Amino acid sequence: MAVQALDAARLPIDWQRLALPVALIAVAYGLIPAYASSYLVEAILLPFLALSLAAVGLNLLTGYCGQLSLGSSAFMAVGAFAAYNFNLRVEGLPLAATMILAGISAAGIGVVFGLPSLRLRGFYLAVSTLAAQFFVQWALTKFGWFSNDNPSGVISAPHLAVAGFSLDRATGRYLLSVTTVIVLTALVWRLVNSATGRNFIAVRDNETAARVIGVPVLKTKLLAFAISSFIIGVAGVLWAFTYLRTVEPAGFNLDRSFQILFIIIIGGLASIRGAFLGAAFIVIFPLILSRLGAFLFGGLFDSGVLDMSQRIVLGALIIIFLIAEPNGLSALFDRLKRRIGSRSS
Amino acid sequence: MIGASLGAAAYERAPEISGILAGAGPVEDTRPARLSAKADAILALGGISISFGGVTALRDVDLEVKSREIRAVIGPNGAGKSSLINIISGLYHADQGKIAIDSQSFSRVSASRLARLGVARTFQNLALFGGLSVRDNIASGRVHTRRASFVEHIAGLPRARREDAAIAEKVDQTIAFLHLEAVADRLVATLPYGLQKRVELARALVAEPKILLLDEPMAGMTATEKAEMAGFVRAARDRHDVTIILIEHDIGVVMGLSDRVAVLDYGRKIADGTPAEVRANPAVIRAYIGTAEGEHGEGI
Repeated sequence: MAVQALDAARLPIDWQRLALPVALIAVAYGLIPAYASSYLVEAILLPFLALSLAAVGLNLLTGYCGQLSLGSSAFMAVGAFAAYNFNLRVEGLPLAATMILAGISAAGIGVVFGLPSLRLRGFYLAVSTLAAQFFVQWALTKFGWFSNDNPSGVISAPHLAVAGFSLDRATGRYLLSVTTVIVLTALVWRLVNSATGRNFIAVRDNETAARVIGVPVLKTKLLAFAISSFIIGVAGVLWAFTYLRTVEPAGFNLDRSFQILFIIIIGGLASIRGAFLGAAFIVIFPLILSRLGAFLFGGLFDSGVLDMSQRIVLGALIIIFLIAEPNGLSALFDRLKRRIGSRSS
Repeated sequence: MIGASLGAAAYERAPEISGILAGAGPVEDTRPARLSAKADAILALGGISISFGGVTALRDVDLEVKSREIRAVIGPNGAGKSSLINIISGLYHADQGKIAIDSQSFSRVSASRLARLGVARTFQNLALFGGLSVRDNIASGRVHTRRASFVEHIAGLPRARREDAAIAEKVDQTIAFLHLEAVADRLVATLPYGLQKRVELARALVAEPKILLLDEPMAGMTATEKAEMAGFVRAARDRHDVTIILIEHDIGVVMGLSDRVAVLDYGRKIADGTPAEVRANPAVIRAYIGTAEGEHGEGI
């Protein structure tokens, strides 16, 4: 009797934990491909997915392992250009292999620019990752080989196909994007809940104590840089191949690095869900602002004003979040859920 | 109390004067034979010196610790106690001298290597991982036993699962031993100070160290918490056969808990022996109580 009651009490909790991810996956594969307009897919979902994945990657490094990086967009660029070149130069390479090789290339560059983290911390490390940003952009512009000697430096993304099925239409690119994001996010979720993930947190919270109890601190930091850059590199492939449909160094500038950092600050550090909430916010926020501005101020609210007001509001929001809710949207979400839960029971 | 306030006063003195004081006084030479350690010594320090930017923190210090002993190191503030424990745990490297653990001798050895050799420690100021639960903090104490790579962790391969299960069992035992069951799944940062100190002891104990270094484990605790902690330290020695080196300010606790006590003053060892011997040692009395007399010109 008592055992049954216990089981009955435990079941709904398990379902509650699984309900949201299962529902989201059902929507992602069922409703969206069937009903979403191509505007929704092209202008909102594709950038959202690529930025979410990049934010998951950066969150691993900055949120979980405590290593501040301003080089995210450089690692995205490495991923995108590596994918382009593998696709161009290796005949018949499957798309999945191209993406994995692109991720590995980004991981390699990530480890190189992660080496300063062995000596530098916080602000100083952020400045040294800035070097990655400038170096990668310079190298990709300087050496024509990377863009196959294209005079403009802007190259179109190749055709996308998996096992003979073309994924060039909006829905196909969406399915490629969403599948990649789900697979990598699931792997990251496994990682952060494993002993390796706890090593990341140990290094972040107290490096000296971590070293004394035997956490291999240097290896752990470089591993965080490698895995994070791998994921950000794949996000760069999605950004260039599925969203922009072009590959160009200027698309991966410092603004993009800051944007990804803002996503994890607003969404919540050390939270996978936060990366998605933050990315959704960053993608949807300008659209809402422009609608709202046009509604309130009419013709006065042109694109220049929109751009300015966007920066001002975003800057203010980041300051508010850092002061009032350092754990970001993810923590707000939790609090909301608890309040609804306590009201219904 | 008296020790702490006098210690603070002692901190102000210039090291040179103390050198004269220590040299001039009738200091007992209680040094053990250098590194030709006796068979039952698990740890031996020989001629350890370290200085930071011209300030000598430790000068030619010897220390010998027997297996299963509770060995206290006391001294006023700035006497070099923490430097000593940082050298034993590999965070500092001595300028001169040697460390022998289980008859393996080193002049410098890294912290991570020491973890594998069976040296664990707690910190004077808490050094827990605030973002992890109590259980995960304790589990991190056995990280040096893990061999599985991150790929094995992600894929949940047998070796990773085996290690997780083995560690979980040890963690459960330690949680039961230190009565932490009620808070096991709470984030460690949300616990009161006394309990956090206990979690830190648990994280060190779960590694099943041969040598456990406790850096002021009772600092900032109430009298009840101190008594409780002293009980845990003694029980840890009795049940886990661990050798304990203890740094503590509260002289009462030290005298009641330790088998032997070494006294540091200005980076030199001025006395070593049983609590009763140390308490009667004139050099110790001078270091702790006679500071004021020293400043009135005695011994110069």
